[in-house]
Amino acid sequence: MAQSHLLSLLIFLPLAGVVALLLVRSDDETWIRRVALAIALVEFALSLLLLRGFSAGSTAYQFEEMHDWIPAPPVHYHLGVDGISLFLVLLTTFLVPVAMLASWKSIQQRTQGFFITLLVLETGMVGVFLSLDLILFFLFWEAMLIPMYFLIGIWGHERRVYAALKFILYTMIGSILMLVAMVWLYELSGTFDLPRIQAMLTTGQLTLSLRTELLLFGAFFLAFAIKVPLFPLHTWLPDAHTEAPTAGSVVLAGVLLKMGTYGMVRFCVPLFPEAAHRLAPYIAVLAIIGIIYGALVALVQTDLKRMVAYSSVSHLGFVVLGIFAFTPTAIQGALYQMLNHGVSTGALFVLVGTLYDRRHTHLIREYGGLATPMPVLAALYLFVSLSSAGLPMLNGFVGEFLILAGTFERHAIWASFAALGVIFSSLYLLWAYQRVFFGSVTQERNRTLPDLDLRERSVLFAMAALILWMGIGSAGFTRRTETSARNIIDLMRRPQLYNARSAAVPQPGSLGTGAR
Amino acid sequence: MFPPREDLLRLAPELVLCASGILLMLVEPFLGRARRGTLLFLATTGAALALAATLLPATHQGTAFSGLLSVDGLSVFMHVVVGLVALLVVLGSADYLDREHIQHGEYYALVLFATAGMGVMSSAAELMTAFVGLEVSSISTYILAGYRRDSPRSDESAMKYFLLGSFATAFFLYGIAMVYGATGSTQLGHAALTSFPGAPTLLRLGLALILVGLGFKVAAAPFQVWTPDVYEGAPTPVTALMSSGPKAAAFALLLRILATTDAAGSFWFWALWISAVLTMFVGNFAALAQTSVKRMLAYSSIAHAGYIMVALAAAAAADQVALGVAAVLYYLAVYALMKLGAFMMVAQLGGASERHVEIDDLAGLASRQPAAAACFSLFLLSLLGLPVTAGFLGKFYIFNAALASHLIWLAVLLALNSVLASFYYLRVIVVMYMREPNQDWAPSPMPWAVTLVLVAAAAGTLYLGLFPGRVMGFATQAALSLPLH
Repeated sequence: MAQSHLLSLLIFLPLAGVVALLLVRSDDETWIRRVALAIALVEFALSLLLLRGFSAGSTAYQFEEMHDWIPAPPVHYHLGVDGISLFLVLLTTFLVPVAMLASWKSIQQRTQGFFITLLVLETGMVGVFLSLDLILFFLFWEAMLIPMYFLIGIWGHERRVYAALKFILYTMIGSILMLVAMVWLYELSGTFDLPRIQAMLTTGQLTLSLRTELLLFGAFFLAFAIKVPLFPLHTWLPDAHTEAPTAGSVVLAGVLLKMGTYGMVRFCVPLFPEAAHRLAPYIAVLAIIGIIYGALVALVQTDLKRMVAYSSVSHLGFVVLGIFAFTPTAIQGALYQMLNHGVSTGALFVLVGTLYDRRHTHLIREYGGLATPMPVLAALYLFVSLSSAGLPMLNGFVGEFLILAGTFERHAIWASFAALGVIFSSLYLLWAYQRVFFGSVTQERNRTLPDLDLRERSVLFAMAALILWMGIGSAGFTRRTETSARNIIDLMRRPQLYNARSAAVPQPGSLGTGAR
Repeated sequence: MFPPREDLLRLAPELVLCASGILLMLVEPFLGRARRGTLLFLATTGAALALAATLLPATHQGTAFSGLLSVDGLSVFMHVVVGLVALLVVLGSADYLDREHIQHGEYYALVLFATAGMGVMSSAAELMTAFVGLEVSSISTYILAGYRRDSPRSDESAMKYFLLGSFATAFFLYGIAMVYGATGSTQLGHAALTSFPGAPTLLRLGLALILVGLGFKVAAAPFQVWTPDVYEGAPTPVTALMSSGPKAAAFALLLRILATTDAAGSFWFWALWISAVLTMFVGNFAALAQTSVKRMLAYSSIAHAGYIMVALAAAAAADQVALGVAAVLYYLAVYALMKLGAFMMVAQLGGASERHVEIDDLAGLASRQPAAAACFSLFLLSLLGLPVTAGFLGKFYIFNAALASHLIWLAVLLALNSVLASFYYLRVIVVMYMREPNQDWAPSPMPWAVTLVLVAAAAGTLYLGLFPGRVMGFATQAALSLPLH
């Protein structure tokens, strides 16, 4: 296939947009918003082209681009997309315009800086999902921290500086050790190129001792687990979410958390399968604790945004569980749940943001009976809550079902405990819904709150449509992720371990070694 | 007897620097105070010419003056670094000197002399020559540190630097004497030094004292105590010079001794290992507690010396000498640019008599001078080592060298230190971007010369962070030019 530059375009278009924004006069806020939105929409449209050219049946990376970057030690500018990253890129390009529209009016200070930050952030996020070189991946991974830090720290709520600092420090501790692990892996393999390292491992050209594998796995996993965040590393998340502006929360929940789970699927599991197998029970226990603990803590929150934040801990626990169940179905479910969470939780944050724009508070007790003055908002909120709670026909159900079914194949007990989380999630979501929207209006000034305007409606209806489509037409998504999900399991097999391991890895997807 | 032409060519940058320095001192009395621009022009031209003159040794490599100087890749690389530092410091000082009513001519001359000394240090192939270079550079900087005569802090800085620095050079000299006693030669490439059987106590002692002397110059723990006071008291452009130039030259000398003296590598390895760890932790922990940007940056340069020592330890581990040496050189170039930029920023924002060098004085800078805030953030993020900036790639190469020599623990400790450092760098960014501006005081607008220096440093920081290939190529060549054992 002729080399296409679509992926580079996707990465650098937002950055070019920054230049365009700088050309607009900084006090002309209307045009700043319009230009930024236009760029984000063009980016989204371009990313849809990926769907057209993507061939679902192949395990190979597609739209690959490869250029030399640093001569020694050799680091390449290597991009590619497969079934795992495809929809995450689309999710990113979808959520950025959503985030822009959601903060259309609420950002009144330093508007130019805000949209520039969002666009730089988009470059970083898209870059993370598309990089196939370890150092390039790390570059985007770390570079993205700074815009997020500014987003929380400058445009956030009262305790923003504390939250921003906590966010960046937590993330850096994990990621710097990952850098050490990456360089170590290079010393062992002689390359930073992910597909090459993967091929060397699967063909037995490179073997890691168990101790090395455990250490490397640990360093990668720590970085990703902090990002997810996996219990007990989750404490930065509620603060960051609560203090971030709506756009920050949408992007944080929608995309940044997925980077953690993406990293696990992309690096931890296929590169270090032996370590992954040995540690899987412990990780699963942490994931299950996260599912139940996150749900219970969400239940007792008095602050709507904090509740949604804790619900993320719970939902992401499902994703981690699905990954470490090592069955194709569960991994598919995990991939699907990553998208669901991005859309549903993103929509929840937009909804909470619309409430905040009107009343400047997230406290549940400040609201009550809002269904009367704001019927459209109430209806949409219910719809999104139900999707997040996993109602059949909507997207959340598909992901949770696949994860639980896939996990049940091998670990019935894990699945049973995790299923509790599903019950709890309807509990906290619906209870909060009941307190905010049902009954009579509790506060006089809430009686005159305006319902959603056209801008808010268009964003939320688009998201609701997506939720419904992902619930009904899930085959269109899973068809494209299936091969890659199976491939992850294939990649875990090592020639020298094959005899010992073959009993433990059920349903090898194909008889090939998975090496490319 | 007049030295041969080749020798003079190999010494061209130093000759240009010294000639410009002397010229400056000669013409100053004839120019009134109004003609300061001429002095600046002369000094800038001198520094730029010296930088350009580096081409001559680069194309005529070899030994000079009967083996006293070795003009090779390492020497050329370091000449470029210190020459660039001198040029930027001269250019960036002019407005500061005006503001503080400091004589221009002598100041520039001293900067140029110091640079000549650093040049000699980086190409010295013989220990006494190295000592002369060290003294020329040190004495010039002692004077520069005390250049704000009416400020007690500046006097204190100069006095401390002078007393402790003299101690250190005495150690260095004593070490040379012992090495000479043990081997009968002060020549670095000498057979007696390179393949000395068993390295007797006297040689070991001599090497240890040399390490102490140079450890002082690079501010490595436990010889770092002088750094914060001296850096804080000295005029900030001088601090910019001290933190980048002499440090780089001292590291270059350490590298050369390490690479050419067989006994040094294995003997120094653990000393370097321990000192690296100590230096990183001492620098970072102390920097955490600072409220003054200038002092915080002073401690951070201690921490950075520690990072460089990690690469030095990797080179001394003898598995991958060239990799370690190249990492040191790359980091020195990166470090000189970003540190110089940061200190120049402080020199400008500090205002008259440097009254506003507290972190809180930077409050709201982003809304007053967005470009300055962005530029300062870039330097800070580079010092912190975030990707896209030079600091990241510098650290990346150090990690690479350390892990290639199997120094996994050292690499992990370096990683942890980077996180520790993020606390205090980010705090400055927080203050600049997330606080309301001070009402009672605002920094003056940027003069063009300072702007030029800052833009150059920022561009270099980005260039070395995005396209390291060329410079790293030079650094690797420089590393391979050493007669590695």
